[in-house]
Amino acid sequence: MVTAPAATPVVYTDRVVKQFTVMTVVWGIVGMLVGVWIAAELLWPQLNFDIPYLTYSHLRPLHTNAVIFAFGGSGLFATSYWCVQRTSRAPLFLPWLADFTFWGWTTVIVLAAITLPLGYTQGKEYAELEWPIDILIAVVWVAYAIVFFGTIAQRTVEHIYVANWFFGAYILAVALLHIVNSADIPIVWAGHPWFTLTHSYSVYAGAADAMVQWWYGHNAVGFFLTAGFLGMMYYFVPKQAGRPIYSYRLSVVHFWALIAIYMWAGPHHLMYTALPDWVQSLGMVFSLILFVPSWGGMINGIMTLSGAWHKLREDPILKFLIVSLSFYGMSTFEGPMMSIKTVNALSHYTDWTIGHVHSGALGWVAMITIGSIYALVPRAFGRPQMYSIKAINLHFWLATVGTVLYIVAMWSAGIMEGLMWRATEPDGTLTYSFVETLKATYPFYAVRLAGGLVFLAGMLVMAWNVWRTLAPPQTAPAAVAAEGAA
Amino acid sequence: MSTFWSGFVIVISLGMIAACLWLLFANARGAPGETTGHVWDEDLREYNNPLPRWWFNLFVILSAFGVGYLVLYPGLGNFRGWLGWTSTQQLQQNLDTLTARRKAAFAALAGKDIPALAQDPGARTLGRAVFLNNCAGCHGADAQGAVGFPNLTDDDWLYGGSPEAIVATITHGRNGVMPPIGVGLSPEARQALLDFVPYWSDPALDPAKREAGMKQFALTCAPCHGADGKGNKILGAPNLTDDIWLFRGGRAGVEETIMKGRQSAMPAWQNVLTPDEIRVVAAYVYSLAPHPVPPAAAAPAPATPASAP
Repeated sequence: MVTAPAATPVVYTDRVVKQFTVMTVVWGIVGMLVGVWIAAELLWPQLNFDIPYLTYSHLRPLHTNAVIFAFGGSGLFATSYWCVQRTSRAPLFLPWLADFTFWGWTTVIVLAAITLPLGYTQGKEYAELEWPIDILIAVVWVAYAIVFFGTIAQRTVEHIYVANWFFGAYILAVALLHIVNSADIPIVWAGHPWFTLTHSYSVYAGAADAMVQWWYGHNAVGFFLTAGFLGMMYYFVPKQAGRPIYSYRLSVVHFWALIAIYMWAGPHHLMYTALPDWVQSLGMVFSLILFVPSWGGMINGIMTLSGAWHKLREDPILKFLIVSLSFYGMSTFEGPMMSIKTVNALSHYTDWTIGHVHSGALGWVAMITIGSIYALVPRAFGRPQMYSIKAINLHFWLATVGTVLYIVAMWSAGIMEGLMWRATEPDGTLTYSFVETLKATYPFYAVRLAGGLVFLAGMLVMAWNVWRTLAPPQTAPAAVAAEGAA
Repeated sequence: MSTFWSGFVIVISLGMIAACLWLLFANARGAPGETTGHVWDEDLREYNNPLPRWWFNLFVILSAFGVGYLVLYPGLGNFRGWLGWTSTQQLQQNLDTLTARRKAAFAALAGKDIPALAQDPGARTLGRAVFLNNCAGCHGADAQGAVGFPNLTDDDWLYGGSPEAIVATITHGRNGVMPPIGVGLSPEARQALLDFVPYWSDPALDPAKREAGMKQFALTCAPCHGADGKGNKILGAPNLTDDIWLFRGGRAGVEETIMKGRQSAMPAWQNVLTPDEIRVVAAYVYSLAPHPVPPAAAAPAPATPASAP
């Protein structure tokens, strides 16, 4: 399955792919390390060392931004640039602009890592970064769109491959979401330019602001964390399995249904709030229907493997890809269920939500990325395969065990919290104080921390493996030869 | 919502579901095992298998459920839904149910005094819930207090531990002020106090220091804390002889207290809690302290003040 460059006259632009590939691993470790750190802070608050920049409140947005936009984003850039060139049989459109997207995106991440601990935030979840950084994001994203769609326009094959539909939808939708939700007015304070650069008000107000925020927030999940990674899935699963995609017509139906219905699901983040009843109902109905197109993607991925199940025994990369699809199926079942009003009344504001998010984030997003990066590294860097297949297998088990520990702990904690919060005495007063529920949550927080540590350990194994794969071959010729012969 | 926007919402939401179903039905059939014939990147191909039947059915069922829900509940613009449900109404119904339950629960406790309520497990449970949601923030979920916030489980009361005193404390709040009285003293006078007050309850204290300290105490502190140092429940001046410290004890703690003064405030709860709630939480607090009916025996320290001087 190694691509044969000699057979193709096209010279692909791969430097930017390699840069993003390496940074995916780096940012993955950084983002997950911050996650593990704040998980530990919830158990031992003194770990913030009384330094305001290291409190949970300052580091939590750093964690979410780092794993979603730095780790996930870099992975998406790398795989989409790789995939769109190969499946279009054309080099990247405007390679210098592609280089700009790498340096621009990396600058955004570094600026986030500086400003978020300092406490500069718009106060919108997953859209915390202040307006100057938002503008940079918008510019980089438009450049990304130009490179991606320019490459598609230059394609020398007739049909646009299904992975590119998903990458394209994710690029367009994220541009729209980001620009609309981040629209704000800087607060001008004459003589204090730094203040103006770091403070702003949203242009929306009240319930409308909340609705715009969660229209953004849920579609960040739908387009960034789902459509983008489905693009990754549609390239690397058939590639790695060596099997055709299960069903083209299923791709068509679930693609259009997915992108149409996701746009409506945001209100389920605002159940039982000041949001009008009719918006809440529509949000719930569309979130429920969303279950079906989501599973369409899972079916298409998993069924692609039918007839090649034996490959799962030898190929740990394929294990990553298939297990990630299973977690995708689980969390896209769980999500619609949680959007049902009566379930939401129990689950909302509890750690169940955190468990649900991580079932998607660790199980789906991180695992599909890790599997794809393992598949991509040898191809992009011209190595026969990863330095150690055993290490990939070890990573697979660490990632799976870490994810399961994490989500089971958070499910249990969340349902317990929901039940404790709603327990009342005969006169209607609450049975438990908040502190009592917090105390009861501690053991689950410990298990969550353990799960996070195990998952992070897997990322360190990956870093070592990638490092050894990229190292000049003469450092361990015997190992490479032995693995290559296997 | 204007009729236009209401119509807009109805058209696009039902239109979206209809479009998805059209897409589904239009692509339902296909021949299994055939590829589309397209090839990308050397080896990427696609079968064109039919949609899995169960998946197809699920799509139809969930869409039908969605439309049914929108017929019954508000969702389609200004259309209120056949059931006429609103969240405001649901909230009001829940509140009414709860109010009825509260009335019944408190009616059962009417006419009982605080000591009787403290013996009643049902009242104690209600009181505990009020305590945890209103008092625990300062006094702790275990009611054992913190620095500046008194422990409610011992028999050392700043303002008195009688049922009436507890109810008055909760209802009207309390304000305790210790002036920075050490600032105006000579270094020797300050020294005499600091050599004595933190160690008042210690029988091994040097008698000379005790005598010098007592002398200074009589001049400086006795007006509030009493000549015998046992405090004054009218002012909320603490007993200094029992080695229980509201703020920090020890030499450093007492020095901080006399040099900087202390302010402590118990808020008034009469505007937050109902009289019934105040009664049950007072009963709960009353039940925590080791003072109910049987008097002697269990007293932990020999020098416990029984009542206000």
